[in-house]
Amino acid sequence: MIKKYSWVQIKKTILTPDERAKSLPEPTRKVPLLMWVKGFLQEDSEIGDEVKIKTITGREESGILVCENPSFQHNYGNFVPEILEIDKIVKSELFGGETNE
Amino acid sequence: MNNSYEAVMARKNSIMKDSVGIDYDKFEGDNINFDYEAMMADCGFTLDEVRKIQSDYGVGNTPLKECKNITALARKVSKPGYGARIFIKDEALNDSGSFKARRASMACFQAKKLGFKGVIAATSGNYGAAVASQAAKHGLKCIIVQECFDSKGIGQPEIVEKARACEAYGAEVIQLSVGPELFYKFLLLLEETGYFNASLYTPYGVMGIESLGAELIEDSLKMIGKIPDMVVCTNAGGGNLTGTARGIVKTTSKKVQIVGASVNLKGLHMASDIDFNLKSFTTGHTGFGLPFMINPDRSDVPRSAGRPLRYIDRYVTVNQGEVFFMTETLTALEGIERGPAGNTSLAAAFSLAQELKEDQVIIVQETEYTGAGKHHQAQLSFARQNGIDIFFGNPKEEIPGKNIILPKTVDLIKIQELDLDQIRKKYIQTQLTKTDSLTKSDIEFLAIETNTNIPYIMDEINKYHIAVED
Repeated sequence: MIKKYSWVQIKKTILTPDERAKSLPEPTRKVPLLMWVKGFLQEDSEIGDEVKIKTITGREESGILVCENPSFQHNYGNFVPEILEIDKIVKSELFGGETNE
Repeated sequence: MNNSYEAVMARKNSIMKDSVGIDYDKFEGDNINFDYEAMMADCGFTLDEVRKIQSDYGVGNTPLKECKNITALARKVSKPGYGARIFIKDEALNDSGSFKARRASMACFQAKKLGFKGVIAATSGNYGAAVASQAAKHGLKCIIVQECFDSKGIGQPEIVEKARACEAYGAEVIQLSVGPELFYKFLLLLEETGYFNASLYTPYGVMGIESLGAELIEDSLKMIGKIPDMVVCTNAGGGNLTGTARGIVKTTSKKVQIVGASVNLKGLHMASDIDFNLKSFTTGHTGFGLPFMINPDRSDVPRSAGRPLRYIDRYVTVNQGEVFFMTETLTALEGIERGPAGNTSLAAAFSLAQELKEDQVIIVQETEYTGAGKHHQAQLSFARQNGIDIFFGNPKEEIPGKNIILPKTVDLIKIQELDLDQIRKKYIQTQLTKTDSLTKSDIEFLAIETNTNIPYIMDEINKYHIAVED
């Protein structure tokens, strides 16, 4: 159970596919417009419950409880060896090959 | 109140009017024209006042830096005697990490002055962090509305990083899946909160960049003893180029060539749930650059203050692979690690410098901060995970959404020139769909908007069945 006043993230459908703008490309028209927002949980709840939250600006939003203490996990990704190759290309062009010391 | 999509969109004009404190109606003219300069002047800040405000709020006076090694590299592949000196204006050093702080500083200052309790901006770019940072300084509440995820909840790494930055500066971040109806949620939020619409396209959002144009000229005179021959601006919604050019014109009477540069994303649909994560640039690309140049008033305010066709001398594109390549080159040769999107104009400048002589000067007018997600390593890795082929070859063969071609040799970094004449004609065509007749003022307006002349406009409108009033 997630306690009242915990910092959480919710997900909500803003527009169902049939409510969406008419001019959308096919892949977008067949999926709903979704929203994710964070705030303080207003009642003890479980993941997947329909809940109310108070956001950091004090607004009330409702939606499906997704997680507690949502975190950012973005990073520098997997190593991309081509980046080393770029260094080699520009350094050898400018300084004259691998023998430059 | 009826909050259906259609009902909210139908009342957008009244919502917008309440949220920016500008009565756009009073600048409207006959059929299509409006008084742009009156709109800019009406907002009540001189360039000196803008600079004073920005200086008080951690914005501006960023260093101009000469990229000596990148210049030397360009000269390796230039004709003898060619290869202009390349400089960058290191805008990443503004509070919040990009030139967007200049735009946000004026919007937030104005919001505070008018007594708004908070600000809202619809942006997936650096502008979100800029507004959040400036709002923090003014004690304003802040909501940023982002297009961030595809329908499976997979986010563009650079947009996720911007969400983090916005939250770090205390903003509420509304993250949406792909679709232009973001504007619908944005309108609902403006109505619900009564906050100020810190749009990129109000006069505040553009006058804030005039200081950048002014600094470019002053820095250049101080460092090099002359004004630059060419300034390259990364172009998306047009505000960056417009504000920079206006600042330049206000600071020097000499002609500086203004070049817009965008990442070529031809073939990718900006509103597609699938294409969304197949691109590696979420701003500064042709998907914004071209539509906003052809129809600047498609923005989130009735009249955009970003009107790039008035100022642009050349419009060029570079490919994703070229921008990533130059981003790494800036790190490897100059020891300056910056975010990729801001280096769009650097990639263009590397090619453009080869058209100019060695004693000429070219300024790249921005850089942006880098970090997790917002880094060429992160973005290339994300592209690879999404099935994009990354390899060395000729970037001209790159197909956006299918591959990213890094230049095999530096001489393959070449801008592609877009036909400004065609863009001007499309702009005129778009304007003519808005009216059945034109007055003399409308025709003069079209000439100013396209930076052409009356005979050019008359030639063009004669191709359409449109009445010209005396």
